Amino acid sequence: MYTLPRNLKLFSIVLIVLGLAGIIFGFLTTPKTIDDVKKIMAEQEGHHGEEHAVVAHDEEHTANFVDEARGQEGYSETSMEHATDLKPEGHGAASHEEHVLHQLQTRPWSATFVAAFFFMMIALGALVFYAIQYASSAGWSPVLYRIMEGITTYLLPGSVIVFLIVVFAGTHFYPWQNHDLVAGDKILQGKAGYLNFPFFVIRAVIYLLGWNLYRYFSRKNSLAQAETNNYEPHRKNFKASVFFLIFFLLTEATMSWDWFMSMTPHWYSTLFAWYIFASMFVSAITVIALVTIHLKNMGLIPFVSDKHLHDLAKFMFAFSIFWTYLWFGQFMLIWYANIPEEVTYFIIRIQEYKLLFFGMLILNFVMPILVLMNSDYKRIPWFVVIAAVFILVGHYIDIFLLVMPSTVGHNWSFGIPEIAAFLFFLGLFIFIVGTGLGKVSLRPKNDPYIKESENYHF
Amino acid sequence: MASKKIHAIYTDDDLLLHAVKETRAANYHISEVFTPFPVHGLDHAVGIAPTRIAITSFIYGLIGLGVAVVMMNYMMIQDWPQNIGGKPSFTYYQNMPAFIPIMFELTVFFAAHLMVVTFYMRSKIWPFKKAENPDVRTTDDHFLMEIDVENHDVEKLTKFLYDTGASEISLIENEQDH
Repeated sequence: MYTLPRNLKLFSIVLIVLGLAGIIFGFLTTPKTIDDVKKIMAEQEGHHGEEHAVVAHDEEHTANFVDEARGQEGYSETSMEHATDLKPEGHGAASHEEHVLHQLQTRPWSATFVAAFFFMMIALGALVFYAIQYASSAGWSPVLYRIMEGITTYLLPGSVIVFLIVVFAGTHFYPWQNHDLVAGDKILQGKAGYLNFPFFVIRAVIYLLGWNLYRYFSRKNSLAQAETNNYEPHRKNFKASVFFLIFFLLTEATMSWDWFMSMTPHWYSTLFAWYIFASMFVSAITVIALVTIHLKNMGLIPFVSDKHLHDLAKFMFAFSIFWTYLWFGQFMLIWYANIPEEVTYFIIRIQEYKLLFFGMLILNFVMPILVLMNSDYKRIPWFVVIAAVFILVGHYIDIFLLVMPSTVGHNWSFGIPEIAAFLFFLGLFIFIVGTGLGKVSLRPKNDPYIKESENYHF
Repeated sequence: MASKKIHAIYTDDDLLLHAVKETRAANYHISEVFTPFPVHGLDHAVGIAPTRIAITSFIYGLIGLGVAVVMMNYMMIQDWPQNIGGKPSFTYYQNMPAFIPIMFELTVFFAAHLMVVTFYMRSKIWPFKKAENPDVRTTDDHFLMEIDVENHDVEKLTKFLYDTGASEISLIENEQDH
């Protein structure tokens, strides 16, 4: 039986309090009027005269992104001109200052959403991994069931918070909720059958219910299995898992369109849902590995061997590559076709977020590959921890880059709102997962595959 | 040097694995084991050092990656720059996204093929080579363990092997041609 160590509990509570204070600070200190914005902009220009040179140089550099051979200079600027969903008017702003005001007011929303979604997707990804183990009748993983269930405890609070954010964010995130904009935009009118507020909320409620109901019943059945000597609860879980996976793959696709892709409603990518899923899955498996190492260090799970850690690390390795494959598949097709409607997504990310955008590739692809390439290293806990840190930081940046460029554009920075939101949700995650792990024995007794899992060897 | 060997034949892979462990525990030297299929955990039980073929595979992959970079740079940038889809063909890095699939393919191609060739060379097998296995049944459903007699008592060794479950035991002498 696990109990959240006292230090860790205290630590998580401190994080929650600090984070909450920071989030509130972030919301309270946003500029309220256009005059505030003018003051801020004047200050920035006074302070950062030198930085303009750097910015200009950068722009020259990123012009390479577009067609030099055809001699179309300024192609990216022309494309951006047409991207009304990224421009001031897209958010219903009349002037540049109003646009900046809107983006600055959006920043705490975005910062909170990035962290909220990041930790929610870890719980959701762990739930999917868990469902896959049941649906495929996996023999190696039942020793990890309680760990996965512990992580998915966070799904309920996490998904409720994310739900509240996306429903109340309004035009901070979703330009299509701005009626004035839709009235003058044929593309958005065409999409209004799907992108309208009531249907958006209904879909969000369906996701929330579906995911949490599966989590509730699978956990219930899993605990019931430990108390009986027939395999009825396991059979129920098998069926529930199959249906959940179908439900999840459909709702995950619409979820990523709803919550992320519709931030720039003109832009679309058919690969997008898979791309988000890859991020979700690899982060979740990484956290499962981290929690496993933590529990193993405390000596609470002697039945989990380094073979199980080896397999988790293999998944981390494989899905890091899978993520990169999807990332590149999406990037290369858009880069190659160079269609104005599509390239805007990458132009803003490369022009304004260059370091993060390419740094993320190193964190999410190069580092896991190098650290986890060797078979023996996958069994050494501290090697897995190093890879895990790279992967988690990298995928936090990934989510950051999904949200920030589309909502706050070039008015981004990494300050108190972002750090505070991350700390708050980290604290909440540790606290809830720690409590969730602690309620029952960590060994899923009577599971039909538990013996196979304990003797797992390859 | 005239050497004596004992061939012990087993009919089951589990039995073989146990026999290998017992034989090693009794300090007899196993020179070779012939099996019709890879037996899980056998290499560890026989005490063979872990394979280093993965390291060679990594190196071959890097070579393949390097070849792809040099090749694409020569073909598409230096020798005959082509305007394909209006993509910049003046420097390598500008056009790199288009080359990544080729870099990937050649990495895999080199790693896979050179690894197979290395494996063949390391295992000393090549086309038309005469089979080395001493008993054709090891290609079907029998397992053969070869033990060096060295200076052990043959009677005792035979008895020991019989107790481990060997179904046939034969003494092989003077294998000079090997």
